[in-house]
Amino acid sequence: MSITTLIIKREFFAKVRNKSFIVMTFLSPLLFVAIAIFVGYLSAAETTVKRVAIHDETGLFVKDFLAQNAEDGAYQYLDYSQIDNQFLKDSIVNNGYEGLLIIPKTTDLEHQIEFVSNASPSVSFIENAQAVIAAKITQLNFEKAHLDTLAIRKAQANVIINIAKTSGEQGVKGLNEAKIAIGGAFGYLIMMFIIIYGNMVMRSVIEEKTNRIVEIIISSVKPFQLMIGKIIGTSLAGILQFSIWVIIGLSLLFLASAFLGVDVGASANVPSELLSQTEYAGTAQLFIKELWNLPIASILISFMVYFIGGYFLYSSFYAAIGAAVDNQTDSQQFLLPVIMPLILSVYVGFFSVVNDPDSTIAVAFSIFPLTSPIVMLMRIPFGVPWWQIAISLTLLFATFLGVVWFAAKIYRVGILMYGKKPSWKELYKWLKY
Amino acid sequence: MNTLLEVNKVVKQYGNYVALNEVSLAVPQGSIYGLLGPNGAGKTSLIRIINQITMPDSGQIILDGEKLQPKHVQYIGYLPEERGLYQSMKVGEQCLYLAQMKGLSKAEAKKQLDYWFDRLGIQGWWNKKIQELSKGMAQKIQFVVCVLHQPKLLIFDEPFSGFDPVNANVIKDEILALKEQGATIIFSTHRMESVEELCDHIALIHKSNKLIEGKLDDVKRQHKTNSFEVGILTDNVEKLMYDITQKFTVSPAHFKSLNNELKLEIQLGNSVPNELLNVLTQRGQLTHFVEKIPTVHDIFIQTVTENKV
Repeated sequence: MSITTLIIKREFFAKVRNKSFIVMTFLSPLLFVAIAIFVGYLSAAETTVKRVAIHDETGLFVKDFLAQNAEDGAYQYLDYSQIDNQFLKDSIVNNGYEGLLIIPKTTDLEHQIEFVSNASPSVSFIENAQAVIAAKITQLNFEKAHLDTLAIRKAQANVIINIAKTSGEQGVKGLNEAKIAIGGAFGYLIMMFIIIYGNMVMRSVIEEKTNRIVEIIISSVKPFQLMIGKIIGTSLAGILQFSIWVIIGLSLLFLASAFLGVDVGASANVPSELLSQTEYAGTAQLFIKELWNLPIASILISFMVYFIGGYFLYSSFYAAIGAAVDNQTDSQQFLLPVIMPLILSVYVGFFSVVNDPDSTIAVAFSIFPLTSPIVMLMRIPFGVPWWQIAISLTLLFATFLGVVWFAAKIYRVGILMYGKKPSWKELYKWLKY
Repeated sequence: MNTLLEVNKVVKQYGNYVALNEVSLAVPQGSIYGLLGPNGAGKTSLIRIINQITMPDSGQIILDGEKLQPKHVQYIGYLPEERGLYQSMKVGEQCLYLAQMKGLSKAEAKKQLDYWFDRLGIQGWWNKKIQELSKGMAQKIQFVVCVLHQPKLLIFDEPFSGFDPVNANVIKDEILALKEQGATIIFSTHRMESVEELCDHIALIHKSNKLIEGKLDDVKRQHKTNSFEVGILTDNVEKLMYDITQKFTVSPAHFKSLNNELKLEIQLGNSVPNELLNVLTQRGQLTHFVEKIPTVHDIFIQTVTENKV
């Protein structure tokens, strides 16, 4: 067994046997599910029925609104057309109404309808109310013009545009939210992984340095071997943890699918059929179906590749920092510039990628090696041209090699420097030793 | 005697600071070689270069007739002054790991560990974590790790620090036993009495330069001042002192004795001891007559103060 393998093995087992690793690995998915359930519970509990008063002086529309009471659970419409308008305005707030919809008797109905409310009404509510009224007015207009409304309804076409790519791959409308969620989650996960595992590397370097075993070890191996072994060993622990999470996640997804009766195999191939189904399916079913429609395999593979690239790059920084300082508190001044690009990428991801995955900023940051692991991963669910991935991966791994070279120099000198808190200037000097 | 390790005009600089200035040493096969020098003299820099932890800027090192190269790490055992172990790793596992790094197979390492654990009476420690051990106990483990792969060259940097007198003795005996078995030992320390006791060769490094090197006896011979400690019982001190000061330089001496005699340190200069004896025996009863041989301690202090500049 080569010495580097020996080091990798030791570092791997040192991490994996650690109690906090085991607890983290198995507890955090539980924690995540618990939080999801809690949030779900909270938002479900929030759907108390909102009451909306209607003062319809025309008497034309109120029936259509009242008809909605049966299907829609969120809003309860009440007919107060007989009661004085001013009195209603004064009393609705006190009586816990969401708002008052006033439809005056006028010829210009299209612009004179008012919704009085102190709360800010949701967009969907207003759109729904507008649609109900517009439909009614349209129908009345048809009747006024003596048109055959039945024939018109029959003649109406219902168009659904199927989304597809030049590759022939079929997409599903309404998938964007899921893509944003998945891309965001994975990008965020990579940031967390880099910070957590980078810190592990740094802590382990500092440990070796402070308890002085490093002097014994580097009398047998080259500092570079020790550093690389440490980085690889720790990354394997990270990959193991991630794999366990993926297995747990996929099993949960399978369980949820089976429980809700979603046909997993069929959905990917027949998007049009799925679309018509989704109109009737519950939201949970819809969401799970959307998840199955994502390129899960390619997302997971890209996660691995970008995690390894990004993690290698950053943990080289972390290793160098660990070697330069004597204890963790001294590491802060050097850590800030390392963490900055990570945080920047998450912001870019959430503000720019979500808006337009192919915008210049998103593309630039997904190619720049310090931010690409996170930003590119957020873009991948939306589909990224292969050449961009190729450029970004090449740059990422090339930068990694450069950074490792630079980190190894600092590391080599740093691990033998005790009791000093180096300045940036000193680190620069070490590069030339 | 063959030379196991030859250090040839080694130079090491850190920025503008010269840590080693053309230092050359020859460590004979089978010797215990004391590497002495005040703090910051460059000893650790030299030891690190021999261990291939750092590279010399110029000069070369020959081990056993070959230019020093990576494969030599398995022939060298190193016990650093600043030493430690992984705190949360088990003793046995840790020793196996460090032995495998030195090129031992797992089975061979296990065999050697059993031997050493048995020899030092620490068999029960295999599954203990280092953090459960006392400092002295951990030091024993470090010693075992250092000698486990039966190196030809052992480098001990302050090996006795952290040991109580009983365990220091155990380690001292082990060092002597290793020498008997043919190992060559470089021994760096500030404890001059142990140099006196163990070393047959010494070298003194001061301010990045080697100032003294050679067999301990030769070095002492070079540094002796041809002076004698004398104890004498006499009735006529004035007469005696007058006689002696005619020929020799005299200063008071301090040594322990049961008699209340006159104690003197007398420098002979170019005379031979018998001339002094003649004078002394005429004037009183001689109780003590010993040639003053410089201790390593004296030589160390003398050399370092002389080269203060």
